[in-house]
Amino acid sequence: MRRARNQSVTTLPSEITPEARYLSRRTLLAGAVGLAAVQTIGRFLRPALAETAASAPDALSFARNTAFSIAETPNSLRDITTYNNYYEFGTDKTDPAENAQRLRTRPWNVTVGGEAEVTGSFIIEDILKPHPLEERVYRLRCVEAWSMVVPWIGFPLGDLLKRFKPTSKAKFVEFRTLYDPKQMPGQRSSVLEWPYVEGLRMDEAMHPLAIMAVGLYGKVLPNQNGAPLRLIVPWKYGFKGIKAIVGIKFTERMPRTTWAEAGPGEYGFYANVNPAVDHPRWSQASERHLGGSLLNSRRPTLPFNGYAAEVAGLYSGMDLRRYF
Amino acid sequence: MSPAARLIAKPLVFAACLLPALHLAAGAFNLAGLSLGADPVKVMLHTCGRWTLNFLLITLCMTPLRDFTRWDIWLRFRRMFGLFAFFYALMHLSVFLLLDQAGKLHAIGHEIVKRPYITLGTLGLLLLIPLVLTSTAKAQRRMGRRWTRLHRLIYPVALLGVWHFWWQVKKDIRDPLLYACVLALLLGYRLWKHYRPTLRISVARLARTDGA
Repeated sequence: MRRARNQSVTTLPSEITPEARYLSRRTLLAGAVGLAAVQTIGRFLRPALAETAASAPDALSFARNTAFSIAETPNSLRDITTYNNYYEFGTDKTDPAENAQRLRTRPWNVTVGGEAEVTGSFIIEDILKPHPLEERVYRLRCVEAWSMVVPWIGFPLGDLLKRFKPTSKAKFVEFRTLYDPKQMPGQRSSVLEWPYVEGLRMDEAMHPLAIMAVGLYGKVLPNQNGAPLRLIVPWKYGFKGIKAIVGIKFTERMPRTTWAEAGPGEYGFYANVNPAVDHPRWSQASERHLGGSLLNSRRPTLPFNGYAAEVAGLYSGMDLRRYF
Repeated sequence: MSPAARLIAKPLVFAACLLPALHLAAGAFNLAGLSLGADPVKVMLHTCGRWTLNFLLITLCMTPLRDFTRWDIWLRFRRMFGLFAFFYALMHLSVFLLLDQAGKLHAIGHEIVKRPYITLGTLGLLLLIPLVLTSTAKAQRRMGRRWTRLHRLIYPVALLGVWHFWWQVKKDIRDPLLYACVLALLLGYRLWKHYRPTLRISVARLARTDGA
């Protein structure tokens, strides 16, 4: 892998979002929050845009991974891009869609360190280049007891981590979000400790279900969804899916992760979706599935978000009430 | 207030109090280009909850406003605001039972008992019921001083409401904190008003013993 410093950046055309397209998306966003008239026009425009998406410059080429996808209808692009928990851009669900547009996702470096043979600072193009992209339709189960279905575009996390040759001392991997209050206004508030840190045990990280996502709905990831690089671990609560990653560190000890630090009694390091272990203040036995019927949106939560057969073995012998 | 002014003012205020509910309904049915976003149930739940608290605090503002302005008209609207607090609380509960919990009775019972913040909210709503039932002018006349004493229940109700709000917030407590501050001010004013005469007497007494 090449280093950032002595490398001329070659950006794939598919990774650039041209201004015109960017602006048209902004216009639609403005419509979503603005005047009713603008919104109505936006509603007519949206299907037309979706049809041309395949030839749009920010379209990604990818293969569908049906083996790992769930057979549920994804939520609308509008739901997925206007309902986000991303405190770096504000604590309201609609804040990220409004505030994330000032984040610059190129140039972007990722620093790799800790217990690995290959470490240093890498430009994102080099991080992404060797990995063929695939689409995985996953259900995102938030710790707040709602869920959405998202067609992510990404690649297996394990394939990326292997390239850094983690040593035998690497028991965990820690991820870090960009810290830049100028671009991320939410970081000016002390609602959480910044930068956001998440982590996985190495065996969890190497599991083929865990992916690094770079897109959704066939296109480059919108900023509010974690561009340019975010983690998706479908059997865990959504907050494990750290966004805008700038740091990867292999460690011997369990990382101190942001939400577990903020509320040790409420959020754990493992954060596996588990209907049997309630959040101290609300039940995790069921979830409200967004985007469907108003009258009957509640459905039972599945152990490991439906992936018990694939991942329960990672935790055999562990007391999941204690290690929640 | 002249009878003519009252004839106009009351319906106007009444209509204004209904606006949040109408706005929600329009959003829920996508009327006039409005929408409640990706999670309409949560927006309905939180908006109704928020307006319950707003109306509880507005109700509690009427007496201080009367005291400061020496206009009695404020008290003429107190009952309406109090009843609107109950109206929005009832909407809040209905959205919780029918939409959020989708009417699954077993789960609902479990939630009310097991989630402290839901227990608090439920208790607050139950305590509002006797106030609603005795809100008529007739009941007020018949009950006399007991009416005043009973209607002090609005203090614990408002406390329970703000506590209920505070406890369900995930991390960002700025909003519940704001409500708590306003409530502390409103209840603090009543404490001050209640103890002021005794304070004055004891201060006077103190001054006299000092002089002796």
